[in-house]
Amino acid sequence: MSILHTVNKSPFEKNSLESCLRYAKSGSAVLLIEDGIYAALAGTTFEQRVATAMSELDFYCLAPDVKARGFSSSNVMNGIKLVDYAGFVDLTVEYEKVQAWL
Amino acid sequence: MKFIIQVNEGPYQHQTADSAYQFTRAALARGHEVLRVFFYHDGVNNGTRLTSPPQDDRNIVSRWSALAAEHELDLVICVAAAHRRGILDESEMKRLDKDAYNLAPGFRISGLGQLIEGVVLADRLVVFGD
Amino acid sequence: MKIKKCLYVNRRAPYGTSYALEAIDMVLIGSAFDQDISLLFIDDGLFQLKKGQDTADLEIKNHSPAYRAFEMYDVEKIYVSKEAMAARGLKRGDLLVDVELLSDSRIKELMDEHDVIFSF
Repeated sequence: MSILHTVNKSPFEKNSLESCLRYAKSGSAVLLIEDGIYAALAGTTFEQRVATAMSELDFYCLAPDVKARGFSSSNVMNGIKLVDYAGFVDLTVEYEKVQAWL
Repeated sequence: MKFIIQVNEGPYQHQTADSAYQFTRAALARGHEVLRVFFYHDGVNNGTRLTSPPQDDRNIVSRWSALAAEHELDLVICVAAAHRRGILDESEMKRLDKDAYNLAPGFRISGLGQLIEGVVLADRLVVFGD
Repeated sequence: MKIKKCLYVNRRAPYGTSYALEAIDMVLIGSAFDQDISLLFIDDGLFQLKKGQDTADLEIKNHSPAYRAFEMYDVEKIYVSKEAMAARGLKRGDLLVDVELLSDSRIKELMDEHDVIFSF
C-alpha cells in the first residue's frame, strides 16, 4: 500500500519531517503543506536530506502555502512538484491512505 | 471517493482549520463526498458562534457554517473535548446546568463514535493538526 | 460494522500537551466499535508509557493507569520504536505495559499494513 505523507511543520522547528522520512516506505509520497514548505526550498541545510529522500519518495508541495510565505516555484527544489488544493485532493485519491506528520 | 476529515486545532492559532476548510472545499468541488468533518482536541473551538474576528480577515467559524449549509456537510464537535473547552449546544447547556450555549450553526455535538463510524464508512481519512 | 485495521501513531510526550490523553479516549472508543487496533509509540510518544508518573505536584490528572487498562479492552497490540527507546535512554523495564519493540523497517511495514492511520 502506498501512503501519502503530509508534513505541515518546518524542519527547522520540529522533527516531523525527519520522522516522516525515517518511516516512509519507498514508493510513497510526501506532500509539504503549511510551514512544511520550508523543507522544499533550495539552498537550506535540509536540501541535501530532502534530495536524498527524493530517490525513493515522490515529493510535492502546496503552492498556496509557498506563495503565502513569499516564495515562488523558482525557490522550490528541482523535482518537487507544486500542487494546488485540487491537486492535494487528487493525491489523497491516488495514494491508498494519508498519514499526517504533525 | 468518500472522505472523513479530522480537525485537531482551533481557529486562528494554527493554520489547521484553514487547511482543512480549503481541502474540504476542494474535495467537494472535485465531486467527492465528504461524509463528515470531525473536530477533536482544540478543534472543537471551530464550533463557537461567539467569535468576532476583524472584518478584513476570514471568519473561520461562519465559513464552516456556510459550507455546511451549502453542501449539507456534517460538522461534528466531539462532546468530551467540547466539555473540556466550553462548547455547548442548548441541550448540553440544560443537562450540565450552565447559563449559556454557544454552538455555531451547522455544527452538532456528538461522541467519538462518529469519528470511528466515519472512518469505517469512508475511503480516506485526512487529518489536519499541528 | 466493517472492521478496519486502525493504527494510532503517538509521537508526543504526556502532559506538555493533551494529545496523549485524548488519544486514549479515541483508542477506547475504537475498541468499543470492535475495530482492529494497534498502537504505535515513536519519537517522544513512548514517554507516555513511562512507569512511575506522579502528577500530584502539578495538580494534573495522572492518566497513565489507562494504558494498563487497555488489555481489558482487547487493545493488546502495542508497538514501540526500538531506536526511539535507545535514543531516549529507556529500557523495556521502564515501561508500564508489555510492548513489542520494532525496528524502523518493521515500523514502515506496520504503517503499510493498516487501513487507517490516526495522528494526534
